[in-house]
Amino acid sequence: MSVATEIIAPPPQSAAARLADGLWRRPGLVVALLLAPALLWLAVVYLGSLATLLRQSFFSLEEFSGLVVEDYTLSTYAELLQPSNFEIIKRTVLMAAAVSVASAIVGFPIAYVAARYARGAWKAAFYIAVMLPLWSSYLVKVYAWKLILAREGILTWTFGKLGLGFVLDGLLALPGVGGGSLSTSYIGTFLVFLYIWLPYMILPTQAALERVPGSLINASSDLGATPWATFRHVILPLAAPGIVAGSIFTFSLTLGDYIIPQVIGSGRYFIGQAVYVQQGTAGNIPLAAAFTVVPIVIMGVYLAVARKLGAFDAL
Amino acid sequence: MSERPAVSLSRVSRHFGLTRAMDEVDLEIAEGEFFAMLGPSGSGKTTCLRVIAGFEQPTSGEVRIFGENATGVPPYRRNVNTVFQDYALFPHMNVADNVAYSLMLRKVPKAERARQAEEALEMVRLPGYGARRPAELSGGQRQRVALARAIINRPKVLLLDEPLGALDLKLRENMQEELKSLQRRLGITFVFVTHDQSEALSMADRIAVFNAGKVIQVGAPEEVYRRPASPFVADFVGSSNILPPDFVEAVAGEKRWASLRPEQVRVTEPGDANPRLVGRVTAQSYLGATTRFAVALDGIALHAIVPAGSFQPADDGRVAIAFDRSALHFMDGPA
Repeated sequence: MSVATEIIAPPPQSAAARLADGLWRRPGLVVALLLAPALLWLAVVYLGSLATLLRQSFFSLEEFSGLVVEDYTLSTYAELLQPSNFEIIKRTVLMAAAVSVASAIVGFPIAYVAARYARGAWKAAFYIAVMLPLWSSYLVKVYAWKLILAREGILTWTFGKLGLGFVLDGLLALPGVGGGSLSTSYIGTFLVFLYIWLPYMILPTQAALERVPGSLINASSDLGATPWATFRHVILPLAAPGIVAGSIFTFSLTLGDYIIPQVIGSGRYFIGQAVYVQQGTAGNIPLAAAFTVVPIVIMGVYLAVARKLGAFDAL
Repeated sequence: MSERPAVSLSRVSRHFGLTRAMDEVDLEIAEGEFFAMLGPSGSGKTTCLRVIAGFEQPTSGEVRIFGENATGVPPYRRNVNTVFQDYALFPHMNVADNVAYSLMLRKVPKAERARQAEEALEMVRLPGYGARRPAELSGGQRQRVALARAIINRPKVLLLDEPLGALDLKLRENMQEELKSLQRRLGITFVFVTHDQSEALSMADRIAVFNAGKVIQVGAPEEVYRRPASPFVADFVGSSNILPPDFVEAVAGEKRWASLRPEQVRVTEPGDANPRLVGRVTAQSYLGATTRFAVALDGIALHAIVPAGSFQPADDGRVAIAFDRSALHFMDGPA
């Protein structure tokens, strides 16, 4: 065995080792280097484009020539409030809210079981089960759902075989959300959104629940709380940051998606489709930009309200 | 012991798969008693506490609290409160809301809740801390909040799971005295779990010594300390010297296991002592008021604790040890 005889090892010879020593002496530089790629991406590419987009939304379209007038005006935003455009915004926001609430309700029990009961192999199985849908193509899943939900699809068939066809017909006869078949109704759009975004709700909720020590649940019960009271006063408040994080995903992803409502649903536009059509075929970049600003504003308001309600108190 | 014990366990077992965390435990804890459950980690003492609290259901056996059958009764229907090892304070509530949690559940009006919470905080000497968050408190303060939260309802039985484990020595000594005086003032039955034998000896009215899921001995501190029921108890409570039957026969004429407290061992110059009792000092630790010698004798090692400065071995470390025959406590074989 060789024994190092010197108290302090001699200065390094290789460039790499000298670099390591230099960095060790300058922790600030290390932080800067770690942040640089993300900052370049986020600040320049992302925030830069966002600023340009914002600027565009204050321009307007010359009605006769179809050219963009580069003068600052609020007229494009006024256009958003026209009934036809406002309907699109309302429809999208309601859908996003419904999808977020439903995924929180459906996702919570799964996240709870995974966080509190699953251990070892069961936990691994949970992660795989939740993430597996994310491994396959989004388009394939959406079209698969179209077949499942179609009038000739397996869902209608199953309901029929079970003698529950009237339930399905009753659902589709609901005013506003119904339609000719599941694949051409808002219910269908909703179901597919719910399916596609559910993992984004489960994972943050599970992560939040994972950090709640079992002793807190015991303590609540010990102090006289029924399981329901423990859920309301301890588990839910502590899981809230995770649920809010999940709902940010489900909400904003639904606000921005333009494929699902195009493939499955009533054919009426959602914000994503409106943006797509305005900047593409219609060439109305200012209106497309203004539509894009809507989800940003909504998310800002949503986060402010969530903060006000104390959703982040447990962070 | 009163005719109706505060807590009684009869043949209670708790198995986790093949592990017998509790194996046929019988215990009776009297009303108003300060009762310690002492044992090494994994001995079943914490499981026993959790069974009394209702967090664990016994695999078999019966738990009674003040004579009423508590088997199958959920924790929220037991008039028993717990101070948790990690304190288990709700991080999203301030101190007052933590302390008044059980009152909030019972829909006590807000003003009354605040009054009672402040009163409980005064009792643990934290008046005026109600508005703070648990995260802003030191370990010792969190412990007091957990205590205030558990006693605000004046439970019939208070369970404490290693309540002082995370505190530093000075704080621990203070809290020991405070817990003692709090228990006297409230008259509540305290049941606490500890692996620290000195804590159990100094605080408890009675001690149950746990090992491998079983209760090995129940008794007053002095009894457990002076007359351990088995070599395990002798070793665990006060690190007694355990003398094997052969050695005991050679020095005392009786072929049985015996324990010998280190402070009852004298260390002297090796004069014309019994050759079995001459050995060599292998280690010497200064403990402040006393000095501990580890002495290797023929075949066994002994510890002796003598007043500091009362004896210094020669350079070769050869010493003789002596003790009174009455200091030997005979007991049954290892368990």
